[in-house]
Amino acid sequence: MAHTVVYNVIQLLFVIGFAPLYAGVLSRFKENVQSKRGPSILQPYRDLWKLFHKDEVISSETTWIFRFTPYLVFVIPLFVASLIPVLTDYPLAFAFMGDMLAGGFFLALAGFFAALAAVDTGNPYGPMGASRTRMVGFLAEPVFMIVFFTVSFVAQSTIPYIVQKKWVASPAAFFSPAHILLLIAFFMLILAEGGRIPVDNPTGHFELAMIDESKGLEYSGRGAALMKWGGQMKFLVLTCIFLNVLVAPWGLADDLQPGHVLLAIPLILVKILLFTVVLVIIESSLAKLRLFRISEFLGAAFIISVAAMIASIFSTSAV
Amino acid sequence: MAGAQTQLIEGLNALSAGLILLTAFGMVATRQVQGVMRFFVVQSAFLAASAFLIGFDRGSIHLLALGVITIAAKVIAIPWVLKRTLPGDLYERREINQVINIPSSLLLALLLAIAAEFLVSPLLATTPDPVIHVNLPIGLAGILIGAYSLIARREAIPQLIGILAMENGAFFAGIAIAPDLPLIAELAIAIDVVLIAVVIGVLTRNITQTMGTTEAAAMSELREEPPPWR
Repeated sequence: MAHTVVYNVIQLLFVIGFAPLYAGVLSRFKENVQSKRGPSILQPYRDLWKLFHKDEVISSETTWIFRFTPYLVFVIPLFVASLIPVLTDYPLAFAFMGDMLAGGFFLALAGFFAALAAVDTGNPYGPMGASRTRMVGFLAEPVFMIVFFTVSFVAQSTIPYIVQKKWVASPAAFFSPAHILLLIAFFMLILAEGGRIPVDNPTGHFELAMIDESKGLEYSGRGAALMKWGGQMKFLVLTCIFLNVLVAPWGLADDLQPGHVLLAIPLILVKILLFTVVLVIIESSLAKLRLFRISEFLGAAFIISVAAMIASIFSTSAV
Repeated sequence: MAGAQTQLIEGLNALSAGLILLTAFGMVATRQVQGVMRFFVVQSAFLAASAFLIGFDRGSIHLLALGVITIAAKVIAIPWVLKRTLPGDLYERREINQVINIPSSLLLALLLAIAAEFLVSPLLATTPDPVIHVNLPIGLAGILIGAYSLIARREAIPQLIGILAMENGAFFAGIAIAPDLPLIAELAIAIDVVLIAVVIGVLTRNITQTMGTTEAAAMSELREEPPPWR
């Protein structure tokens, strides 16, 4: 028990510590692919350091929601991180708190408060970004649900640890059409939810074209740092769910030895690095979609996830 | 050990089945003629992969030869033939005004896929073979989605690719149900398909030269005088 509590703390520190590095590597790779030199991979850490040492300006028109949201946005990914397999393939001390649906609810809560805070300021770009995020959100929601239902139908469970073992069990399960289609649908969902191209451009600084970024425009100082860090952690957590539960459920620590748990850290970093390469290739070879084409993108994700569901129903009823 | 190998091959066959279904959806979702063509080539490549896998597993020379024929005819010959016979600007063309817009088309394609699963489920109850369980429903879904894009597309080339996609679906179901079909029949079909592509390609080129369009809807009237858009 004491072991799992310690590992859980290590897992949370991993998410807190490596989320800015992930963002840094991603932006550096992207610039390199576009034949630019790009910022140092440590740049996000410097940005956070700088923001934490700046004064915070809060409009007197705002309410408690505006001040409360950065803390929530920072903490929620940590809650989710303690529910999912990040370093170990067995549940840690706090994993009893919820299943994958709880993770989805937590992330939705953070998104809800971020949207409220954006509306709270009265800045015209905030509500615009918030409404666009909600648009993407309500289109992504059915896909999320179908993906979760299919996953839990195939694995007969909504606990991510059990789901993950299901795919490792046999190559037939890993290569089943349901699994492959689910992967693609979930990947499209990550692009939409993480505010990445082709749905949104995370590095864009043109207010009229932003979706996800515009919600944090009014924050300064510590609030901005927490929002930024929280966003990076959310993306890392989504990537961990994708990689550790669905794509490559290997390389996690499977016993209580501290060495194995520490060894899992470089392994997951390698997996994330490979994922980054794929992501960068996609982001550099596609253009951002027009706003009303996003429904087509997420519609395609929905179709793929439903196709995964029917494939899984028919293949399991056959066996 | 042989069991594990068979299981892996069945897994990979299921993987290519999933990707064939995905490319069928892709063909419905794509606007550009060239994009539709690319999805078709990828689909044919997975089809050949599936034929190789099943052929290897069952030791069937027919299926291996069939994979080679598929690659030669559909991955190499048909894109090449169409590229040669068609004027280049047809390839870059986008089909802006579809009969049914793309999200609804995708939903209809999905319904067709579900319908295919339901239609074959009583047939599947008669056999325990996992390859048939994967190939038959997805092959039928491929046929139905190809027929749908034949109906809903307006441009000639996506319609042609709809026909070819139907053939791909039939082929995919066929390699599971009748793996020992005589090679000569398959060879005839493969040559037939390339000939269809040539004929439709030449026809389309002549239509574009005289009419300036390949939209089926624009050709609904008979005219004696030269059309006003010339």
